[in-house]
Amino acid sequence: MGPPDPILGVTEAFKRDTNAKKMNLGVGAYRDDNGKPYVLNSVRKAEAQIAAKKMDKEYLPIAGLAEFNKASAELALGDTNEVIKSGRYVTVQTISGTGSLRVGANFLQRFFKYSRDVYLPKPSWGNHTPIFRDAGMQLHAYRYYDPKTCGFDFAGALDDISKIPEQSVILFHACAHNPTGVDPRPEQWKELAAVVKKRNLFAFFDMAYQGFASGDINRDSWAVRHFIEQGINVVLSQSYAKNMGLYGERVGAFSVICKDVDEAKRVESQLKILIRPMYSNPPINGARIASIILTSPDLRKEWLEEVKGMADRIIDMRNQLVANLKKEGSSHNWHHITDQIGMFCYTGLKPEQVERLTKEFSIYMTKDGRISVAGVTSGNVGYLARAIHQVSK
Amino acid sequence: MAAGSLFASVPRAPPVAVFQLTADFREDRDPRKVNLGVGAYRTDEGQPWVLPVVKKVEQKIANDASLNHEYLPILGLPEFRANASRIVLGDDSRAIKENRVGGVQCLGGTGGLRIGAEFLRRWYNGTNNTATPVYISSPSWENHNSVFVNAGFKDIRAYRYWDAAKRGLDLEGLLEDMERRFLFPFFDSAYQGFASGCLDRDAWAVRYFVSEGFELFCAQSFSKNFGLYNERVGNLSVVGKDADNVQRVLSQMEKIVRTIWSNPPSQGARIVATTLTCPQLFAEWKDNVKTMADRVLLMRSELRARLQALGTPGTWNHITEQIGMFSFTGLNPKQVEYMIKEKHIYLMASGRINMCGLTTKNLDYVASSIHEAVTKFQ
Repeated sequence: MGPPDPILGVTEAFKRDTNAKKMNLGVGAYRDDNGKPYVLNSVRKAEAQIAAKKMDKEYLPIAGLAEFNKASAELALGDTNEVIKSGRYVTVQTISGTGSLRVGANFLQRFFKYSRDVYLPKPSWGNHTPIFRDAGMQLHAYRYYDPKTCGFDFAGALDDISKIPEQSVILFHACAHNPTGVDPRPEQWKELAAVVKKRNLFAFFDMAYQGFASGDINRDSWAVRHFIEQGINVVLSQSYAKNMGLYGERVGAFSVICKDVDEAKRVESQLKILIRPMYSNPPINGARIASIILTSPDLRKEWLEEVKGMADRIIDMRNQLVANLKKEGSSHNWHHITDQIGMFCYTGLKPEQVERLTKEFSIYMTKDGRISVAGVTSGNVGYLARAIHQVSK
Repeated sequence: MAAGSLFASVPRAPPVAVFQLTADFREDRDPRKVNLGVGAYRTDEGQPWVLPVVKKVEQKIANDASLNHEYLPILGLPEFRANASRIVLGDDSRAIKENRVGGVQCLGGTGGLRIGAEFLRRWYNGTNNTATPVYISSPSWENHNSVFVNAGFKDIRAYRYWDAAKRGLDLEGLLEDMERRFLFPFFDSAYQGFASGCLDRDAWAVRYFVSEGFELFCAQSFSKNFGLYNERVGNLSVVGKDADNVQRVLSQMEKIVRTIWSNPPSQGARIVATTLTCPQLFAEWKDNVKTMADRVLLMRSELRARLQALGTPGTWNHITEQIGMFSFTGLNPKQVEYMIKEKHIYLMASGRINMCGLTTKNLDYVASSIHEAVTKFQ
């Protein structure tokens, strides 16, 4: 019997709990300040537009909706980017971030002759490892999270990365690192890019939170753009699950920055050969919504405001949690909660403490002490602070 | 810089034949052109058809303020899975009553095939089945082969199926090729209801195997019978010996799904689940399906009648004896080339035509073109 998925299994356990004060700080889906799922207004408007157009349901091409692919690449790189202008890239629509990573992993397994080795930050999203493994790659890690500071182990990362065998694949979270919430600062990204270039490493960016981290789409994609500017041809996975709230519609993209248009066409043809025996062609609904939002000036503007709204609420909850912990009388340093960014926070809590939180307070999170800040509201942040203080004092 | 030319050796892959055909058709300026290639339903006006029941249900979904875009469970929408399996196995299915049926919502029929193939490669007989033979009919949908190859199977074999001489089933050859100690049946059900117009009739083979006690997989597609092509709606039905076995199989399929697409898209599954669980909508759906099936049956009888009236060399009863969207006309590559190049009628090199591409307006032209092709080339 397969073991329950460590992340999604938390939600199943939460659902069964009858405690009125229960909190689900497990799976990463945004919640508003009432703890409810949030369907963006820009999404609703795009849906209304789609419904009015009465379109047919014909198969999409294997690579997906062309307008979406173009808009997605432009969102990531900026529409004035030299890569976009020259066309030396390919973007295919994928089944959200997971689908993008899998297509990318399979592509590398088949065509990246130089290495089977993929280096993930330690820790990384739990699903990265099985995705790359199932695609036939070997997994390794580079130091990333420093448990002593609950921050970025910059020296450790540089040290490890400088020793990675040349031409290995190295994966970076573009922003809002999952599960830690710890992101390198721009000066640190610059040094990371330099050593990647020096070691001739192949950079694979996973960007699941563009806009959702800082509230600014350009700031959140800075690292990706910087690497490309430095002449590093990256591959990039994008997800619109969080930043557009399109979770169940499965909207994502996979991009390969290439040497030239010819290489991009060849790469695209092979991506299609990988996609067809997986699911033939992607689902249209979410991609249409995303495409309309990205390409309609009014809706794009509204979306940017909404995504900033979500990011701002998360930041506000971080601030409130730290303030409440102080009020509870906790003597620990909780700065990392506000230093970290994005949906997740590595609290620094130990597995035994996490277990107590679940058993005594009906607060659900993953064993690594990760909380989804999106599950925190102004209504329950006090309860959370009290509980954390109880198990950590 | 080396990074710029990392993919210098990546060859340009040839396009999938059926899509290239459609691309060529689109570029063709000839006003007589007909597309008998890719498998999607068309009305008698040659237009795609969004089923009236689907429009109704989509409106319902759009007006339901309680719905959101949250993740579905890994295995999909529960109401969809249960009802999709019920549709293929039957309301009175003993296997369902005995609680030994499971469903996995997948991305179309292709997704169902892939998840099933990945599972079998890992778990069918021991934990490494890359050498286990997989039998696929000759011919078959070309993507079947790709699915199993990409799932890791190395020994893909053909079993005899199509008899070119009699333009029908090579039953003797099939049975001979099936003489083996033990086989696991994996059904691909992409046209339930669409073939005969009757859901039960089209599911007869799967239900018979279940009643004979087989454990089996059935990859179901709702692309054609619901016209939901681009929503990617499929279900992998698992029939096992008992509930415990099925649960363990599903738990492993969950792990496989998690590294390919994590969880499936919600829109299409909602449409199907809503339709199947409401008696009125269900009746309307069956009616819509029959409309499509009946039009195809009409085109078959009309095409056959014309060919026979023209005295086109050969026998043409296979046109009406065959069933579903496609027909293997029996046209050879030379005749097909003539059809495409000279008559601007696009069909696969195998001689396969999509009956849905025929309309009352183009029947005469297609029939006379076939007549020409067959008389000009042998």
